[in-house]
Amino acid sequence: MSITPQQVDHIARLARLDLNEEERQLYSQQLSAILDHFQQLQEVVTEDIPPTFQVIPSQCPLRVDEVRPSLPREHLLGNAVDVVDNQFRVPPILE
Amino acid sequence: MMDDLTLLTLSKVREGLRSAEFTSRELLEAYLARIELYEPSLHAFLYLNADRALTQADQADQRISAWRKDPTEPLPPLIGIPLAVKDVLCVKGLPCTCGSRILEGFIPPYHATAVRRLLEAGAIIIGKTNTDEFAMGSSTENSAYGATHNPWNVEHVPGGSSGGSAAAVAARFAPLALGTDTGGSVRQPAAFCGVTGLKPTYGRVSRFGLVAYGSSLDVVGAFGKSVADVAFLFGLVSGPDALDATTVDLPVPQVRLSDEPSLKGLRVGVPKEYFVSGIQNEIERSVRAAIDRFQELGAQIVEISLPHTKYALPVYYLIAPAEASANLARYDGIRYGPRNPAEAMWDIYYHTRGEKFGAEVKRRIMLGTYALSAGYYDAYYGKAQKVRTLIKRDFERAFDQVDIIAAPVAPTTAFRFGEHSNDPLAMYLEDVFTLPANLAGVPGLAIPVGFDQAGLPVGIQLMGAHFAESTLFQAAHAYQLTTSWHTLFPDQIQRA
Repeated sequence: MSITPQQVDHIARLARLDLNEEERQLYSQQLSAILDHFQQLQEVVTEDIPPTFQVIPSQCPLRVDEVRPSLPREHLLGNAVDVVDNQFRVPPILE
Repeated sequence: MMDDLTLLTLSKVREGLRSAEFTSRELLEAYLARIELYEPSLHAFLYLNADRALTQADQADQRISAWRKDPTEPLPPLIGIPLAVKDVLCVKGLPCTCGSRILEGFIPPYHATAVRRLLEAGAIIIGKTNTDEFAMGSSTENSAYGATHNPWNVEHVPGGSSGGSAAAVAARFAPLALGTDTGGSVRQPAAFCGVTGLKPTYGRVSRFGLVAYGSSLDVVGAFGKSVADVAFLFGLVSGPDALDATTVDLPVPQVRLSDEPSLKGLRVGVPKEYFVSGIQNEIERSVRAAIDRFQELGAQIVEISLPHTKYALPVYYLIAPAEASANLARYDGIRYGPRNPAEAMWDIYYHTRGEKFGAEVKRRIMLGTYALSAGYYDAYYGKAQKVRTLIKRDFERAFDQVDIIAAPVAPTTAFRFGEHSNDPLAMYLEDVFTLPANLAGVPGLAIPVGFDQAGLPVGIQLMGAHFAESTLFQAAHAYQLTTSWHTLFPDQIQRA
């Protein structure tokens, strides 16, 4: 199993991560070695085996749909670096 | 003399505060005095909350003296008792970094449910403890703020990711600590630092306010000086929470630990897959000796098999990174944490995430993104989820035959700094015995059972069926009633 630096670029783009050249080479080697090791999973017969997404059966609890106070807006905005008029400010995304 | 307060178990501390043998301030000051001496060489904390804690201790003392005059209203169970909290759990008003630069300066606007319950029980938060970045690691070497050192030997790691909490209890910086366990992050550092550590059943403790890593695996756990202490803490943090739909609506059993060290009728399974070549001799020896002790106490020892154990490593390191890649998508530099400025919106994401995440976090995000990406999902993530079912079934079958399973926590004792840091796979292999419990969602309890020749602690792990924490506590408590490993603490911590 080999993950090329080009595949690393593709994955990094999906994950929105800037990588430098050194990281590209390193992750290419390391991900290849890790996935090689993981090939052993292919020897396990899993036909007719359902996947496990939750270990404890989900109970889907219900509650009354009532209005409750939420956290104060200034507390939630308080951790952002750029806030204007009670909103997060970002560069334009539409021309 | 004051130092002795830090040796007391929780029940003695509770008694002492109520009988005015000592005050909450004296207790806290005793712990703070040790922190002042040894924290420079251990770095267990990312944030120390000393001033606020002292004020709260004085308030607790006032309340205790009022109660002594008029005991109509009962005192909260943890009143006046210091608590260390792993820095992936939100405490309103205290910084929460998760050991990451991407959350530098973040101050949570609310408490995690586990934290809130302990504050309501009267606990005093002494500080936030160090962790591998976003709990991804087995040594605290992945913390962006520097590693924690093992109190037994500062040249060795404390384990991880809850290494700060484990070291804090071992160094007597706090009597109790919260941690989290996604793949062994409570049990392994507990073993490396020689303290008692519990990973509860998945769904037993609310994850609300726990910064998410692998949501189908994450559990809030506890560290303490003894099984009795940890069981007490467990009783306070557990139970359903409307803010976490995966918590289970089951009553939390009132754990009444018997003072009679008898394990008559208890069936203890010993899985052959956990005693393989490659584990340190001294670990096998100490763990086998502990199992012999269970037998002497009346337990029946049964050889069992968990045949899919070896697949837990690849299964975990596909599922956990896949979940992490989704959970960590929220760190974008917009709503919290620092932002690397850029002209275009997307470049803010690329630059901020590329620069502020550490190497291991990026590696796991990449691995998880790949495992979920088009064309690879079935071969990796889908396959892992199916093998996870087989691992879970191994445990179900085992618990038809036995009440608990006893096994080593890790294949080695605390390793040296740098030993695995250039080889991620070698580091992942440290988790090989703790991962299965997370994949199956079963509870695990680590207790100290000896030392290796270098004087580093060895731990055993007891695993039980879903929601069978009480059975683990009974067995481990009986062991601790007849042994003294858990009462030993490093007496000479090397000063920086």
